[in-house]
Amino acid sequence: MKSMKRRFFLRVSAVAGGALLIGGGEEAAAQPTRGSRQPGPPILPSAFVQIDSSGIITLTAKNPEMGQGIKTALPMILADELDADWKLVKVVQADLNEAKYGSQSAGGSRSTPNNWDLLRRVGASARLMLVQAAAQTWNVPATECTTDLGRVYHRASGKSLGYGELAAKAAALPVPDPNQVKPKDPKDYKLIGKSLPTVDLPAMVTGKPIYSIDFKLPGMLYAVYEKCPVFNGKAVSANLDEIKALPGIKHAFIVEGNGDVASLASGVAIVATKWWYANNARKSLKVVWNEGPNAAHSSVVYAQKAQELFAQKPAFAIRKDGDVEAALASAAKVVDVKYTFPFISHAQLEPGNCAAKFENGKLEIWAPSQTPGRGLQMASQALGLPAADIVIHQMRTGGGFGRRLANDYLVEAAWIAKQLPGIPVKLLWTREDDMRHDFYRPGGFQHLRGGVDAAGKLVAWHDHFVSFGEGEKFVSSSNIPPAEFPAQFVPNLGIEATLIPTGIPTGPLRAPRSNSLAWVIHSFIDELAHAAGKDPVRFRLDLLGEPRVVGKGMEAYDAGRMRACLELVAEKSGWGKRTLPKGHGLGVGFHYSHSGYFAEVAEVSVDDQKRVKVHKVWAVGDVGSQIIHPSSGINQVQGAVIDGLSEMMAQEITIDKGRTMQSNYHQHQALRMKQAPPEIEVHFIKSNHPPTGLGEPPLPPLLPAVANAIFAACGKRVRTLPMAKEGFRWA
Amino acid sequence: MEIRLNVNGKAVAVDVPPNMPLLWVLRDELDQCGTKFGCGAAQCGACTVHQDGAPIRSCVTPISSVAGKKVTTIEGLSPTGSHPLQLAWQEFDVPQCGYCQAGQIMTAAALLAKNPNPSDADIDSALDGNLCRCGTYLRIRQAVHRAAELMRTQSSNPLRTTAGK
Repeated sequence: MKSMKRRFFLRVSAVAGGALLIGGGEEAAAQPTRGSRQPGPPILPSAFVQIDSSGIITLTAKNPEMGQGIKTALPMILADELDADWKLVKVVQADLNEAKYGSQSAGGSRSTPNNWDLLRRVGASARLMLVQAAAQTWNVPATECTTDLGRVYHRASGKSLGYGELAAKAAALPVPDPNQVKPKDPKDYKLIGKSLPTVDLPAMVTGKPIYSIDFKLPGMLYAVYEKCPVFNGKAVSANLDEIKALPGIKHAFIVEGNGDVASLASGVAIVATKWWYANNARKSLKVVWNEGPNAAHSSVVYAQKAQELFAQKPAFAIRKDGDVEAALASAAKVVDVKYTFPFISHAQLEPGNCAAKFENGKLEIWAPSQTPGRGLQMASQALGLPAADIVIHQMRTGGGFGRRLANDYLVEAAWIAKQLPGIPVKLLWTREDDMRHDFYRPGGFQHLRGGVDAAGKLVAWHDHFVSFGEGEKFVSSSNIPPAEFPAQFVPNLGIEATLIPTGIPTGPLRAPRSNSLAWVIHSFIDELAHAAGKDPVRFRLDLLGEPRVVGKGMEAYDAGRMRACLELVAEKSGWGKRTLPKGHGLGVGFHYSHSGYFAEVAEVSVDDQKRVKVHKVWAVGDVGSQIIHPSSGINQVQGAVIDGLSEMMAQEITIDKGRTMQSNYHQHQALRMKQAPPEIEVHFIKSNHPPTGLGEPPLPPLLPAVANAIFAACGKRVRTLPMAKEGFRWA
Repeated sequence: MEIRLNVNGKAVAVDVPPNMPLLWVLRDELDQCGTKFGCGAAQCGACTVHQDGAPIRSCVTPISSVAGKKVTTIEGLSPTGSHPLQLAWQEFDVPQCGYCQAGQIMTAAALLAKNPNPSDADIDSALDGNLCRCGTYLRIRQAVHRAAELMRTQSSNPLRTTAGK
């Protein structure tokens, strides 16, 4: 991984009531360049830590919470360095202010690695100032003072003061340079690594209105938005007068849109006193659409086109190492197969929604966005409002999985609200809206050829990837990175591609690219292991080779970390050591993505009617030195396993005449409880690397592990997803 | 038209069309937003509430069909949020996004009211209609067992009073 040297700064201020406010941020020069922020002046100070005179500590949760647990994990980092008493900590969700807090996006499993160093230093600086305030009060050296559970102690004199009593004095002290502040030795962590009560947990189990969909304001109106079933089609006319006469309807109007489905698709807005009236009115809505060129697109045509393209030379090369054709020609065994995976939808449980209010030229938005900063820029551009006149409040969301990296719901809500000045408006999509207007995980087609030599060593690999895009430009999340494993581990390796143009919106879905590529690559590696007559774990260990880092910068791949995961998962699952019941098989897969190394083994049985039961999954991951909140960490891994199983069996979005044919969960099924493996055993290897994220890396290896276990159980290779298309179903 | 029903122990009257789903009466007319909208088609179970103690999908239940009935939502499961299921859910740190959990808990509450010692298969079968998109099923199952245990060791069973028949 490319590591950037980071510098942080802090500012402290006193406020009425004797509070200590500690702000901090990363200097703009060290900011990651992606996202909407322009490089500019240093980030302004902000409040991460607030200590009131009673000792209550309010910590800011800066990033969007969507179930990944970041609203607990990030404040825990602050609290540990601060030596706070967690029982006296209150966590509040920050509004969007990236000038104040740094990047506030949640995606790519980046929240932990992007904030680990910053928040440790902010917490440690606050603690240092409290210590200094106590030392001055007692006229003793600061080095003689210690802290614990929200108090500063001077053991020699037996004195102690609570943080609340010190806050006002501490706030008047000079701010330490955060780059000089030494964060704790990890052996001194008191909170990091403990499964503290998850923030919002009591509210979740008692039905408190904490989600974006629950947000209400007095006088709020509710909106639905009917978009053209064909992507980017335009609303020409509609029976608006008839709609406006229906019960509860206050407004109905056509939105021309701006030609970009990621911003503002054209459609018809219906606004009512209550949401159900607005949605019910859609039954009477008649719209004349200009469907546009995308109406010609269909999944069947894509699949036919892919087969034609496989018969031709690939359009362009992504990677060429050695001489693949010569190596294949001289290989002892060659495997030549094709894999296919579908478009799928995010299907997060809380459908797209957003509240907005436009008043006196200012726009206020309550959004369930994973990228609120980008959302603000998009609203600014679409509505022609200065960014400075837009405020975004971050709402807790019912699942993200990458769907809320897009901000279409936000721009739609903002646009509708702008038409109704002074009135707060809540836009809510139906499940059907959500599923039919997603930014889908793109499907793809792969023709793989691999060769092993007489000793069973993998010597040649060729991938012709038929994906989506124009020329050599892939659509979002449909590419294969040039360093994708086993690149750098096979002497003769070629990755080439041909792209099919598509008008279907695509985008990142949990572990983008990896969620499909890992299945293809590690299923194929399994095929090669069998061709070589080698044990699948042994074959992979040989492929990884000695522990070392292969490649540089963004392409660096730590073979040692992956080996350790693979060896441990083999040990924990009893790989090669157990006699399995009849009809059972073990399969293995590993994958590196989003800075995390994971290896997984699945135990599966398949009966003669292709009914599949996953009995157990073992997952071993290395995401660095700390698992900040182990309970949440294990939950993420187990959830990723379940998610992977959903993707394998029954999820597929198909397109016909430019329309999505699936509309709800019955046609795009997520795993049910009885289909879930009864056991998912999770182990973390704590390696000497900075902690990284867990939302994504546990997912990709699950798919090949299960597919390979199915082969081990019944001898059938899964080369098409969803597996239901090959006649498999859950037992 | 005016429809009367009992929600969480309180008599309420709402003036809405008879085909308005109970879900939207709860959320938008009665401001009880703990019951969630996920699919609108009885596919996900996020909207599960009790009608006279039995779990129903409020998103497909016309308000007219619950006239005169007793409806219990997550807000009314226990007056203090200390129903054994709510305690067990916290003990096992069940949720991720948490959006489905009110529906999971309500379905589980109806199960435990009938079956104080459910097997894994009983739990799987009762909760088959409740999707958890985050995949917290293993913890849900554990928490239901734990809640059953808590209820068996308690002298009084709160379910019998709030959700029983």
